[in-house]
Amino acid sequence: MSNAMNNLLGRYSGWARLNGDSKVAPFVVLLLAVTVLASASNLLLPADSMFYVSTYTITLLGKYLCYAMLALAVDVIWGYCGILSLGHGAFFALGGYAMGMYLMRQIGDRGVYGNPELPDFMVFLNWHELPWFWQGMDQFWLAMIMVLLVPGVLAFVFGWLAFRSRVTGVYLSIMTQALTYALLLAFFRNEMGFGGNNGLTDFKDIVGFDLQADSTRVSLFIITALLLCGLLVLSKKIMQTRFGKVIVAVRDGESRARFIGYRTEHYKVWLFVYSAMIAGIAGALYVPQVGIINPGEFSPINSIEVVIWVAVGGRGTLIGAIIGAILVNYAKTKFTAIMPDGWLFALGAMFVLVTLYLPKGLMGLFSQIKESQLKGVKSASVSDHDSAKQKSEGQV
Amino acid sequence: MSVLETTREVMRRDQVWPFLQDNETQVDISHQVLLYVEGLNLSFDGFKALNDLNLYINDGELRCLIGANGAGKTTLMDVITGKTQCDSGTVYFGQSINLLNKDEAEIAQLGIGRKFQKPTVFEAHTVMDNLELSLKSNKSVLPTLLATLTGEEYDRIDEVLETIGLQGERMLLAGSLSHGQKQWLEIGMLLMANPRLLLVDEPVAGMTVQEGERTAELLTSLAGERTVVVVEHDMEFVRSIARTVTVLHQGSVLAEGTMDDVQNNQDVIEVYLGEAP
Repeated sequence: MSNAMNNLLGRYSGWARLNGDSKVAPFVVLLLAVTVLASASNLLLPADSMFYVSTYTITLLGKYLCYAMLALAVDVIWGYCGILSLGHGAFFALGGYAMGMYLMRQIGDRGVYGNPELPDFMVFLNWHELPWFWQGMDQFWLAMIMVLLVPGVLAFVFGWLAFRSRVTGVYLSIMTQALTYALLLAFFRNEMGFGGNNGLTDFKDIVGFDLQADSTRVSLFIITALLLCGLLVLSKKIMQTRFGKVIVAVRDGESRARFIGYRTEHYKVWLFVYSAMIAGIAGALYVPQVGIINPGEFSPINSIEVVIWVAVGGRGTLIGAIIGAILVNYAKTKFTAIMPDGWLFALGAMFVLVTLYLPKGLMGLFSQIKESQLKGVKSASVSDHDSAKQKSEGQV
Repeated sequence: MSVLETTREVMRRDQVWPFLQDNETQVDISHQVLLYVEGLNLSFDGFKALNDLNLYINDGELRCLIGANGAGKTTLMDVITGKTQCDSGTVYFGQSINLLNKDEAEIAQLGIGRKFQKPTVFEAHTVMDNLELSLKSNKSVLPTLLATLTGEEYDRIDEVLETIGLQGERMLLAGSLSHGQKQWLEIGMLLMANPRLLLVDEPVAGMTVQEGERTAELLTSLAGERTVVVVEHDMEFVRSIARTVTVLHQGSVLAEGTMDDVQNNQDVIEVYLGEAP
């Protein structure tokens, strides 16, 4: 009996040792608690209660969590593998468009033109039948597969070509930037069949639930929070496997990794695909909550902003990316309300300050404080010891 | 290349077409020679880094390569390990494995380990993780994702830690090791893969005398079981470990023999001291 207890205790301490320095578990608990509280206060409390959370706030929080998921995707590839992607907005927008197409088809004959088959913009453009890539997008499962598949395949093709030719560093960053810019221009064209300039909007419902209803909004928010936690835990687990160790090894010494027998380009491609899929999921959750997807999401500046979120939070920490995304976007909401023109300056200043004074971001700041406290305790005890020694010597 | 020459090249009677060859991973050393380097040429923008270089390394030998800067020592290692493509020549590992049509990862998996001039270990990983990554195992993506350390692999890591004298540091980050310890860790990482051939580039650069002596001991203890090729500038170190020394000069072999032979060789004296006394 006591043997079994010991065994259990040993197992637990082993687990604690392995996961001790990671703050993922407490963070997930905190995030879920906030989610539950916010949702409950929205649905259960009367609108004039002090603790009532408006549906606007819920949607805003949901949006932040989508951005956090996008930041997580960038952190996986930039923080752990050192690949600075300035084009993750493209994968986010592609996931968003896949969801948008599904939502468009759900409108049915409730559109302005009342065409049961064609979305409004197609009627407006005098199209008579649905393009082939819109076929079947009224099926939720197919749309969800596309949310993963389209960003995944694009990332695979792009990554395979880039990593196989050993393109790294700044050149790769510029190429990813070009990728998202090319997609921006393509999606602006009406002939592409994605609503051109206006994008896809005027959504009515999702799997039969009214998108304007409070309960749908809260559900979307909860689903986003759950998926974010799931992906956070999954990413952390992946980084703890030998695969994750190889990824960090590629970041720190790619040629060394090659010379001990790893095909580093394969590792990079699969991580890139994983990251792009997370970005796609984030985009798909973003669209029903915000209610619109247009080519603006592809704009290069968006992708650069994501990198700033990750830098502010601390790269290579996963949680840092999420915190950074939420904080910076909260600041953006507040700041643009006060001084809309000043936001980009503030963002730039923030990036410069973080790079200069917080190279490891906010997460780095926490550990710095912790370390200096530890050092303070140590040096204090050492000096106590010294003075005690001196005293005793003096007495002798 | 004319059609005739291409045809001749394709129909060469001393070679088997690649698609007819067995994909051998077993090294055939029936003639006691592990590495054949023949007629190697390589030029960078007109500068001949390797010039008709011929080199044969016996199985289990400890060979030192010396030569002035630009003699082609590191370039030779780059060609053998697949980092650089040569212009012409052949490199065979054992009797049958052509190294020139393989990439770095394949060559590493065949059992050729390489230590760089500058110690390169994965600084963000612990010593233990560094060794785990270097284990001889299936290194494609999915098996690596699902891999866990077995008991035997633990034992192997312990064994190597003992060989390189870093048992006490196993949980330290590799980035916090001293320069000499990093060099040993890198050698340890090569040993994890259980290689046939070790190519070691300047192992004692930046080491203290004591560290250098320990490295010499380590390398001599490895020879016999494995084949070791060492590139080094430090003559004292070469003298302390070498049985056979090869002197490279301007991309080709100038002299070969024991240390005493080489030091008394007129050509070598000329090249090293400028002119004959």
